[in-house]
Amino acid sequence: MHQVTIETGIMEANDHLAGHNRELYDEYGVYVINLMSAPGAGKTSVLEQTITRIKDDYKLGVIEGDLMTTMDADRMSALGIPAYQITTGTVCHLDARMVHNALHNFDIKGLDLLFIENVGNLVCPAEFNLGEHLKVMVYSVVEGAEKPKKYPVMFHEASVVLLNKIDLIPYAGVSLEELRRNVYSVNPEAMIFPLSCRTGEGFDAWIDWLRTHLNAKIAGKGLVGKS
Amino acid sequence: MHEMAIMQSILEIAEGEARKHGSKRINRIKLKIGEFRGVVKDALEFSFDVLRVNTPAENAELEIETVPIRAECPNCSDVDISINDFTMICPNCGAILSITSGREMEIEYLDLE
Repeated sequence: MHQVTIETGIMEANDHLAGHNRELYDEYGVYVINLMSAPGAGKTSVLEQTITRIKDDYKLGVIEGDLMTTMDADRMSALGIPAYQITTGTVCHLDARMVHNALHNFDIKGLDLLFIENVGNLVCPAEFNLGEHLKVMVYSVVEGAEKPKKYPVMFHEASVVLLNKIDLIPYAGVSLEELRRNVYSVNPEAMIFPLSCRTGEGFDAWIDWLRTHLNAKIAGKGLVGKS
Repeated sequence: MHEMAIMQSILEIAEGEARKHGSKRINRIKLKIGEFRGVVKDALEFSFDVLRVNTPAENAELEIETVPIRAECPNCSDVDISINDFTMICPNCGAILSITSGREMEIEYLDLE
């Protein structure tokens, strides 16, 4: 019997493929955002509202991840945006291989921005790098103020946190201040944008920030965000 | 339950190593998993029990070492800070902490026959 020391990280196979994905994004000059949240936080609605506000100025595409159905991809197609649906079956997250395979069937050439909407889940997607440039999280105010402490890995990984459904704050028993404080304690560097898909409140700040980001990319000034 | 996917990766790596060393049987797999990873030890053990059947690791022992979260402060640089509630802010000066351990997710070693 002998002992073998292993130097391979467990996630290396995924990280390796994520690296390939990133090379592809960069080769085509596509900025990629991995959008994550709990089920029902409003990822698809945030995406619809975001797309509607920027689609005349940028070439957009969406890869949707869900366990079942093509409903989300259909919602994107309805906005006139090329969309590809990955149905994961029983798998609770997207991984780099699923996205890599999708890229064989979905042409990202010529796009400025590709959104990857992950499977609704606050645990698993945080562990699987897809090669994205930026991780954005949607956190709806009705999920409760303690979410960042319960799911610290996801909140720590996200560069941007979109605090959705702020129109429901009067009914949610939480304050915006408390939500901000709890996100910052886990991720002091997070960019937080409170907004509401229903009323449109708060979208201007998020969209301004996103445009600045994309324009910097298009001007070749380099990209911000961790992967 | 991404632990199933993670355990699949672990077994693939372990089997690859066993093949490389001409071994048909893995006796022990030692993992180091940081507390600041979204991995549940029980779920990983459960996944191991399901997935090890008919592999060289079928009779292997699985040992999982949990690595606590520690961080350092850019100002209070001598202080090694233990993090209990995932607060990434220095309790002494309020600066943003950087994590020094707790993000591990690796196979430390294998015992091969």
